[in-house]
Amino acid sequence: MQTFTMQVFRGQGRQGDFREYKVIADEGMVVLDVIHRIQATQAPDLACRWNCKAGKCGSCSAEVNGKPRLMCMTRMDTFPPGETISVAPIRTFPLIRDLVTDVSYNYVKAKQVPPLRLKPPDPDGKYRMMQEDVDRPQEFHKCIECFLCQDVCHVIRDHEELKPAFSGPRFFIKAAGLDMHPLDTQDRTEWIRSQGGIGLCNITKCCTEVCPEHIHITDNGIIPMKERMADNFDPVVWLLRKFRGGRKEPA
Amino acid sequence: MAKPEYETHEHDVIVIGAGGAGLCAAIAAAEAGVSVGLICKSLLGKAHTVMAEGGIAAAMGNVWPEDNWQVHFRDTMRGGKMLNNWRMAQLHAQEAPDRVLELERFGALFDRTKDGLISQRDFGGHRYARLAHVGDRTGLEMIRTLQYHAIHQGIDVYMECKVERLIKDGDRVTGAFGYWRNTGQFVLFKAKAVVLATGGIGKAWKITSNSWEYTGDGHSAALWAGADLIDMEFVQFHPTGMVWPPSVRGILVTESVRGDGGTLKNKDGERFMFNYIPEFFKGETADNIDEAERWYADKKNNRRTPDLLPRDEVARAINSEVKARRGSPHGGVFLDIFSRRSPDYIRKRLPSMYHQFKELANVDITKEPMEVGPTCHYVMGGVRVEADSTAATVQGLYAAGEVAGGMHGSNRLGGNSLSDLLVFGRRAGMHAALYAKNFGGQLVADSGQVESIARTMLEPFNRSGGENPYAIQADLQETMQTLVGIIRNEAELKEALKRIEVLKERAKKVRVEGGRVYNPGWHVALDLASLLTVAECSALAALERKESRGGHTRDDHPYADDEWGKLNVVLRMRDGRVWVSREPLPEMPPELKVLFQERK
Repeated sequence: MQTFTMQVFRGQGRQGDFREYKVIADEGMVVLDVIHRIQATQAPDLACRWNCKAGKCGSCSAEVNGKPRLMCMTRMDTFPPGETISVAPIRTFPLIRDLVTDVSYNYVKAKQVPPLRLKPPDPDGKYRMMQEDVDRPQEFHKCIECFLCQDVCHVIRDHEELKPAFSGPRFFIKAAGLDMHPLDTQDRTEWIRSQGGIGLCNITKCCTEVCPEHIHITDNGIIPMKERMADNFDPVVWLLRKFRGGRKEPA
Repeated sequence: MAKPEYETHEHDVIVIGAGGAGLCAAIAAAEAGVSVGLICKSLLGKAHTVMAEGGIAAAMGNVWPEDNWQVHFRDTMRGGKMLNNWRMAQLHAQEAPDRVLELERFGALFDRTKDGLISQRDFGGHRYARLAHVGDRTGLEMIRTLQYHAIHQGIDVYMECKVERLIKDGDRVTGAFGYWRNTGQFVLFKAKAVVLATGGIGKAWKITSNSWEYTGDGHSAALWAGADLIDMEFVQFHPTGMVWPPSVRGILVTESVRGDGGTLKNKDGERFMFNYIPEFFKGETADNIDEAERWYADKKNNRRTPDLLPRDEVARAINSEVKARRGSPHGGVFLDIFSRRSPDYIRKRLPSMYHQFKELANVDITKEPMEVGPTCHYVMGGVRVEADSTAATVQGLYAAGEVAGGMHGSNRLGGNSLSDLLVFGRRAGMHAALYAKNFGGQLVADSGQVESIARTMLEPFNRSGGENPYAIQADLQETMQTLVGIIRNEAELKEALKRIEVLKERAKKVRVEGGRVYNPGWHVALDLASLLTVAECSALAALERKESRGGHTRDDHPYADDEWGKLNVVLRMRDGRVWVSREPLPEMPPELKVLFQERK
């Protein structure tokens, strides 16, 4: 057993500051346990989201010592004894209260991704897919929607003006998963360009680094998608467009 | 006092809860052409279904062509020790394969067989490998698929919104009242039909695999609205939860570990499950290691390993081993897959277990055994429903998934939960929509009722003295853990009921600090009412049933009793108190009874 000094962000709307709590941590405790202990004993109104406490639901995203993490998967014994540990809400999204932010942007974007459009089944009415064809999209299906990738994405974080035309890494891999679905026939090119805004991503891989599911967001999702967009790029159309003065769709 | 303010939304059907059952209900109701509101306590996609690991039980016959709905039905009824509502179990077994295929059409990517069909894995109590799965994250695949399908169906989703009470107009339910967690403001939903899909009650116990959401909201709301609950004595303690370190105690370890070849051992390395094969399952369970080992590959000529007995049997066995001091260092037993399967196989089949143990317990499950012990996981009991329509005993109210009772009898088989959500979620949505279409007269939600509920909800802010809600919750969890656990008896159950009365009094004086905006202290305080109600229901029903069966074991009545095997314990609220009665089970028709007479 060990006493930790926690600096936890408390605030509402646009205002707030770090407040200090001393907490005794038992063996094996994670940051979320400590937050719960503060709730139960010192600050019953301390707001945080959580559900599964096992890294499966993606609810308890926060910035622990400035690093975007799941609180439920961050063990207290990974910090050096005596270190003060700060816990702040994910910074990119508007604060509701304490550690809870308004992540509705993500739910708006989710709705815009063109859904699956199925091929007809085999003659016997069944769908067949081989495991090796399913492996690739299955990687993206591991996403727990913790939105940490969205949190660290420079475009979302620093460019409010670009948000209407940008969906962020979470939805790039959502689209990539759908595109790689062996039975899908949907064309998402227009979405990727106009609402997805994949051109704005400059592949700094911050999203991949913070993914708690270790999904290769950049290498397996974004880059192949950028390459496909480039393949679709037709220099003649590009030239025509230039001369016609930036009309979006070619004749 | 000023009139409490609230906003109002109106729909033909509202669905409370957005896990597997709620999403299926909302999708089915929207498909039927009515306006649907879907209300969830957390963000969309975070409901308990996301944590389900093993798979969806459905007799598709992709791996074992011998499998069919009759075999699945038989397994389910026997797993529930024949106390299941036979019609629910029949519909479930018949419709599950179609529902899995529907999920695939919605975009789910299950693991495949060599022929490119949906692969199926072994699980406890299932005669054949039957669980459609995606590694050990099937629930995630299921909820994500349903969620992304649902958002394109014109359903209005109300996130982080908690329903406190149902609203009634005369004898029929006409809506629900609750609050936004974000703002603390009140909200009224007027609806012709209400589907409850609120999940379970596991947060009433200390060691549980359930999250903060599982406070019996739907069970209580239904009871308070006059609906019957059945089978509330049957609580499933999943045999394998994590036991160490203390902070992770109770977190689920999927049954797939055993389905994929893992075995249970005590501190002496003995595969103790061979010592705990009950008479009821002797015919289908291997009584020696050689046969059990052969069974993985050849199910026709060998009987199933006792590691995969139904969960109630395995949980009791582990409990006994630990009590006899043959347990592991931290009060569990060992679950070994590392010595039996290759590291690659383990990482491929059980990636999230690998990750979970590595990160949270410093245990590499490809190199060493896990320590596991029972954890409160699921309540078999719930709202009494009509099997085909999922209609509760109050007009306008429907229930599906864990909040509904009857389907699983006294014990649920692993894998039958996700299929239950798919089958009965859809049925609930369809029938609620049908009822809404035929709804006669005006849709009325009495403002007097609403305002009185709102005032009660605000009371904790207005008290000067009073108790911390977390302390009351913790004391209730301790009470249920020690007195209404795996093994019960009359004296302890009576003591539990006495303590619950005291806790109810304390809860009336609970005090909340801070404001209404996203205030978890207030949320816990409000959830206490439902949590205490379901705890009381569970203890009352457990006291009533004087026998041992499935998820209800009495050491003062240690055997199953044939007469009790024909009865449900029914709970209903009248004049402000809960009444207990015994009522006969619906009788199975002869053409299904035959399935239990043949020796298979």
